[in-house]
Amino acid sequence: MYVAVKGGERAIENAHRLLAHARRGDQSVPEISLDQISEQLGLAVDRVMSEGSLYDRELAALAIKQARGDLIEAIFLVRAFRATLPRFGASEPVETGAMRVQRRVSSTFKDIPGGQILGPTFDYTHRLLDPSLAVGLVPEAPATAEASTAPTPRVTDILGRDGLIESSPQAEEGASVGDLTREPLNFPADRDLRLQNLARGDEGFLLAMGYSTQRGYGRNHPFAGEIRFGEVEVEFLAEDAGFAVPLGSIELTECQMVNQFKGSATEAPCFTRGYGLAFGQSERKTMSMALVDRALRARELGEEALAPAQDEEFVMSHSDNVQATGFVEHLKLPHYVDFQSELGLLRKLRQEFSEASAEANAPDGMKEAAE
Amino acid sequence: MAVLAHAEAGEIAARLRALALPPHQDLRAPENGLVMLRGRVGGDGAPFNLGEATVSRAAVRLASGEVGFGYTLGRDGEKARLIALCDALVQSSDFGGAVEREIIAPLREQLMVRRKQAAAETAATKVDFYTMVRGEG
Repeated sequence: MYVAVKGGERAIENAHRLLAHARRGDQSVPEISLDQISEQLGLAVDRVMSEGSLYDRELAALAIKQARGDLIEAIFLVRAFRATLPRFGASEPVETGAMRVQRRVSSTFKDIPGGQILGPTFDYTHRLLDPSLAVGLVPEAPATAEASTAPTPRVTDILGRDGLIESSPQAEEGASVGDLTREPLNFPADRDLRLQNLARGDEGFLLAMGYSTQRGYGRNHPFAGEIRFGEVEVEFLAEDAGFAVPLGSIELTECQMVNQFKGSATEAPCFTRGYGLAFGQSERKTMSMALVDRALRARELGEEALAPAQDEEFVMSHSDNVQATGFVEHLKLPHYVDFQSELGLLRKLRQEFSEASAEANAPDGMKEAAE
Repeated sequence: MAVLAHAEAGEIAARLRALALPPHQDLRAPENGLVMLRGRVGGDGAPFNLGEATVSRAAVRLASGEVGFGYTLGRDGEKARLIALCDALVQSSDFGGAVEREIIAPLREQLMVRRKQAAAETAATKVDFYTMVRGEG
C-alpha cells in the first residue's frame, strides 16, 4: 500500500521568509546594489555569465545578490532564466583577432607584434591583504601612454605562417554547429560540442582536470602561447532585416595553448593546440579549458588515452556544476519511502544473519541433537 | 548603426528629441530574446556555440514607408525601438542627413573618446624589455 504524505507548506514558506531576512543581513548596513556587484565584483559576474552560459551583466549581478554570493546557485538561477526566453538565432562567429585588447600576454615569445600588455591583472601582486581597501580609498587614476595602432595578431597565426603549428580545423561545407542545449549529448562528441561543454563547465572542475594533465595524468607539455582579454564586436544575421546587424560588443578571454608535437611519415612534425574561450575576464577558466581541450584530443592525435582528462565521457558528463549540484544536493530532499524499503531489507538481512550465526555458534552436541 | 548599439537608450532618446520626428509606428513591438554567441575553434577555425546573450529587438515603420530594424545586446526594449527608429530615419531622404549629423556622429565621437582613453590606459601597461648590463669586473 502506498500512502501519500503532505505537509511542510508553512515551514517552507517561513523558511523562505527567513532566507530573505538572512540574505539582507544586518539592516543597519547599506544594501548592496546590482551596479555595485557588477562594478566591484566584476570577476564573480564574469564567472556567473560564463557558467550560466548567458551574457548579461545585470542578470548575473541580480543572481549573485539573490544567491547571497553562492556562485553555483547564481549560475543555476541564470540557467533557469535563459529557459524563459525565445532564441532569435545564432551570431556570426566572433573575430577574436580583431579584439580591442585590454590584456595580452605570451609566455612563448617575448617580442610579439603589438607587445606584451599586462592590463588589469593580479599577476605580480604580492598577495598581501591591503588594509587601505577596508577603509575605502579612492584609487589613483590609471597611467596613460600613447596607444599604438599596430595590429595584435594571434601568436598562433604567427607560428602558423611557418607551418610550425597545426592549423585550426575548418568547418565542412554546410555542416551544422552542434548545440548541447538542444540535442542530448552522445559520445564520441565532436570538438564543437566539447568546446561548448567546457565553455560552460565548472571552473574548479576544469582547473583540477587541467592541473592533473600537468602533473602527469595525460601529459601534453603546454605553453601559454597567448592569453588575451578585451572587447569584440558581435554581429547577428537578422532574418527580418536581411543582413548582419551589429548587436554591440562583449568582453571575452581567449587562451591559445601550444603543446608538444605530432607528425608522421607524411607530415612534418608541428606543435599541437588547445583552445579556451569564455565570457568576461576569465583567465584561470580559459587556461584550464585549453589544457582539457588538448587532453581530449588524445584519440584524434593517436595518443594513448589513459588519464581522466583524456576521457571525454568522464569530463563532459561531470563538468556541468548545475547538473552536478542537482544530483548531489537532491540527496537532502525527502527519501523517506526509498529509505523505508532499504531499512526493511536491512532488517531482514540482519535477522537472517543472526539466525545463521545462532545456528553456527550452537554447541556441537545440541547441533547434532537438533539434527 | 553599430554606434547606436554601443550608446545608452537615454543618450539616443535625448538627441532624437531635438528632431521634429515624422509620424511612425511600431512594426514589431520591442521583444526580448536570446542569441547564441559563436566562437571559432582556435580563434580561426570551425564555429562552436560559446553561450547565449540577451538581445532586444524591434521594428519601426515611418508613415512615408521606410522600415527600420533595431537590435541590441541586453534587455532594453526601448533602446531597440529607438535604434529601429533611427534606422528607418536614416533611409529617409528628409531625415537621413540630420540623423547622421545630430545623433550618430556625436555618439560616435563619444564612443571614440571612451575607447581612446581605455586604449591609452592599456598602453601604459605594455612591457618594455631591456637587457641588463653585464657586470664585467
